[in-house]
Parts: sequence; structure tokens; C-alpha cells
Amino acid sequence: MTWLPDETLAHLRGVVGDAAADAPPDLRGTPYELREMLGRGGMGTVYLAWDRELAREVALKVVHAEAAAALAHRVVREARTLARLEHPGIVPVHDVGELPDGRIYYVMKRVRGERLDAALRAMPSLAERLGVFERICEAVAFAHAHGVVHRDLKPENVMLGEFGETLVLDWGAAKTLGDAPAPGLLPDDASGRTPITGHGMVIGTPGYMAPEQARGDSADVDARADVYSLGAMLRELVRPPEGGGDVSRPLRAIIAHAMAPSPDERYPTADALAEDVRRARDGESVSVYRENLFERAGRLMMRYRVPLLLVLTYLAMRVVLLLL
Amino acid sequence: MRGDAVSVAADALHTGAGRFPITRHSVIGALDASDPSERRQAWDTLIAAYWKPVYKHLRLAWNVPREDAEDLTQEFFARALEGGVLERFDPDKARFRTYLRVCLDRFASNARKAEGRLKRGGASEHLSLDFPGAERELGHLRAAGADVDEAFRQELIRALFSDAVDVLRERSLAAGKATQFAIFERYDLRPTGGDAPTYAALAEEFDVPATQVTNWLAAMRRSFRAIVLERLRAVTATEDEFRVEAHELFGPGAA
Repeated sequence: MTWLPDETLAHLRGVVGDAAADAPPDLRGTPYELREMLGRGGMGTVYLAWDRELAREVALKVVHAEAAAALAHRVVREARTLARLEHPGIVPVHDVGELPDGRIYYVMKRVRGERLDAALRAMPSLAERLGVFERICEAVAFAHAHGVVHRDLKPENVMLGEFGETLVLDWGAAKTLGDAPAPGLLPDDASGRTPITGHGMVIGTPGYMAPEQARGDSADVDARADVYSLGAMLRELVRPPEGGGDVSRPLRAIIAHAMAPSPDERYPTADALAEDVRRARDGESVSVYRENLFERAGRLMMRYRVPLLLVLTYLAMRVVLLLL
Repeated sequence: MRGDAVSVAADALHTGAGRFPITRHSVIGALDASDPSERRQAWDTLIAAYWKPVYKHLRLAWNVPREDAEDLTQEFFARALEGGVLERFDPDKARFRTYLRVCLDRFASNARKAEGRLKRGGASEHLSLDFPGAERELGHLRAAGADVDEAFRQELIRALFSDAVDVLRERSLAAGKATQFAIFERYDLRPTGGDAPTYAALAEEFDVPATQVTNWLAAMRRSFRAIVLERLRAVTATEDEFRVEAHELFGPGAA
């Protein structure tokens, strides 16, 4: 029997998902030429396209017909909002438009690199993983500061670029804070896939989705829902390899705090979460874990092990010299 | 027969294991059918879909050594057949795969408690299954995480998809569509980490227009999806369960 690895299974599930995916988008009347399909997610299919006017490759995402038909105006508005987010960790939206068949597309920078979920296998260092996580938090915090909540944060939506940059992708499910919800646009959707927005819709990915998102009440979703998803991502990032040690108690406390069921009990911002992660990485105490005396002594010894070793070496040498 | 074979306790299971018999309806209700051939087909279908998930679950979630896992796999299906456990499944309470996995966990727990009392190869009939192949696949998998139900489901999906690829290959060759399948294989079944060939490169390689490549690819995907759904329907208990599983697998409108 043919062996199919997880990546191939995921690809097959994507490309044979529904009939709409079979039909390549008709890009006549747009400045773009279709090159290849890059992948398919819950919300749409991403193609590699050629921008004739600017002579460059771009990523062109075609929103699934069932989502676009109901919420086209919101897709366009959110794409425009995202286009204003200029941050090195956020893949910018260049353009948005409508295909002849009514499907909505938006055009993003073509990113070369590796998805975080795949890149983790070649990233054994915990400090390196935490560093990546902090950069993700920075980008998300920037979006929050501009009133945008991602709502579908997960390792698959983070790309590590060829030059070490960390990029948060797929802002198509984002919500602009302060927007009034659009009641009654669609009925509850228990699919677990990622539609766009609207009251009563389930948005996000099981396992990463905050409880208030899972309830489908978009009015309750704010930046703290992203904090929950970041906590779920952190849990993935710090999971030790098979046969490795345990996750440290401070990190476990950070994850638990970020993933608290009630938004009020979570970190209020992605910045606050990132700060605690940085402190844990640097061997400092974290805000959500009260360590005992032994843990504190152990942490300080680890943190200051180099000067401590130097002092001990110096003292040992003095003792030896005195004895001679 | 160790390693390559699994013993089963009933004559319902003596041929054809490892591949899905052709069926377009659920076989769960036929597990206790009075007609021997119908019953045999139901069990063949069930085992073809579930033996690898069962074996891998024992190896990864229960950390059972290889030879013991082979024995426990055969014992599990044999006892399920003898004891009528699976026939007692109630579709109102759980999905079939969840029920089967819970039965398996209970069986593995009891076997662990009675360790040493389980006799190997005690059953009378043998069913050829590719245990070495399953063992090679385990090398590609991570140890089971906390969500055992999801891991079990993933292995069921892998079994359904792997079988569908083999069936699609056979049907394509029989229908004179070897090139179409080759394009599907090159584009959608490429090795992990490999870059996908471009449509233009495939068009050049197979000496057809690029539009033909995309058309054939779309046709192969539709056939593949139809085969997967056919298999999924066979190993789910009810139409509702099938629709929910298909929805989760392929999204809205899949079934």
C-alpha cells in the first residue's frame, strides 16, 4: 500500500476538498497571470501569480465561494485595513478584487521560506524557538495596536523567511476591532474551518481557538483571543522532543495563563505575554509564577553561572596558593 | 506466520485482508449479518480500514513492543468478532471510530493487567497483513501526543487515502489513463519537502498543453475524492456520521 506522509495527506485534503478548488481562477481582467497553486486553507486557495504591471511574483488568495458570497464586503474592507499594516513581521496585502465568477481575491507579497510547523523539526534550541515566538508576538501586538485581531494564529500561519525573518500570514480571517458585528449574515458554522467574519460564525482552528471564538460570538472576540492562540502555539513550540526533558514550570505557567478559559484571566496583551517569555528565556522570574527559594536559587545559579564559575575558580586558586 | 500474518478466530476473516472490498454502503450494520458472505465482506472492509490504526495505536499510545502489538491486533479483532462487542455499537452515543478506539483501549488495558496470560497465535485462521510495512511507517510518525483520538483518526485517514491512491492507480491504468495518473502522482503525491513541479514543466515532460495538465489533474482529484468518500461511507455507521466525517475531512459540501 502506498505510504502517505502527513504533509502529503494535508496537501491531498486541501486540493481535493471541494469542486471549487478544482477550478483555477480566471484572472482575465486583472493585472495578474496564474502560475501555480501554492496551497489551500480553510478560507481560500493561494496561488503563485505574476504581476504584469510591476513585473514581480505575488501570492494571490482566492476566497472560497461559500465565504465570499456571504461576506464579500467585509473581505474587501478587512483587506484594505490589512493593507495599512506595515510591519516587518506582517505579510502585506497589495490589492483586493473580484473575479468574474464572483469570488474575492486579494494579493499579498510572495514569501519564500518555510512554515513554522515544518521548520520546528530543524530547530532543537529552546532559546531559538522562544526567540521566534517573541517575534510572532511583536507582529501580533503591532496589529492589535492598530485595532486588528488575527483570529487564526497557528504554526501553519507563520513563515520563517529565507533570511531569518518571522512572518505572520493569512490575515484574511482578521477582525477589525470597533466594527459592529454583522448579525444574521450566516448561520452557525460548526465546520471548524476558517470562514471570514460575522456574528454566529465559528472562526479559527480547533486546538488554537479561544473558547469565546469557539462559541461563535464575534462580539466577545478581542486581542485576548489572539493571546489564547499564542499560548497554544507556545505550547507547541516548547514541547520537548521525544525523550527530552520536561517543560519548565515558569513556561508551563505562562502557557496556562495565556490559555486561561476566561479572557479576563489571560495576559491583557501580546506584549505582556512576550515579555514573560523573554524573561523565562533570559533566566529571569516571570510574572505569573511564584517560585520557591530553591527554584529561585537554582535559576539565579543558572543565570549567573559564568561569573559564579569565575569566582569559584578564583577562590579555588587562592586556596591552592595559600596551601603552597 | 509471525510478523506477516494476523490470526483471526473466525472463518469470516480468511481472505482479502489489507485491501478494501468494493462496497458503496456502510458495513457496520452487516458485522452480524446472517449471510456469511455479507458478514465476511463487512469484516474484511472493517479490518482493511482499521488494522493499521489499531496496530499503530498499540505501538505508540500504549508503547506495546512490536511482536506483542501484532498479537494484540489479531486478538483484538478476533475477540471483537467472537464477543460481538462491535455489534453493540450505538451510533447515538459516539462515532464508530471513537467507539472502536475506546474498545481497543479497554482491551489493551485488560491485556496489560493480565500480562503473560495472553497467548500468541492462539486463533485458528490467518490473515495476511503487512506488519513490517506498518512498522516502517511508524518510523515516520511522532510518538502519540495527548490527543489519542485525533492520532487514531489520522491513521484511519491515512489508511483510507493510501488505499484510494492504489485504487486510483489501478483504475487509471485499466482505463488507459496512465499519463493522467502520472501527473497526479508527480504533482500531488510528491515526496515530503520536494518542490512541486510547475504546470509548464509537467506539460513539457508529458508533451501535452498546460491546460491539459490542469484539466487532468482536476479530473484525477475528483476521482480520488470519490474513492475516498466511497471508503469512508463503508466504515462509518450511519449516513449522519458519514456526512459529519466527510465534512471534517473535505469541508462543506463534500458528501
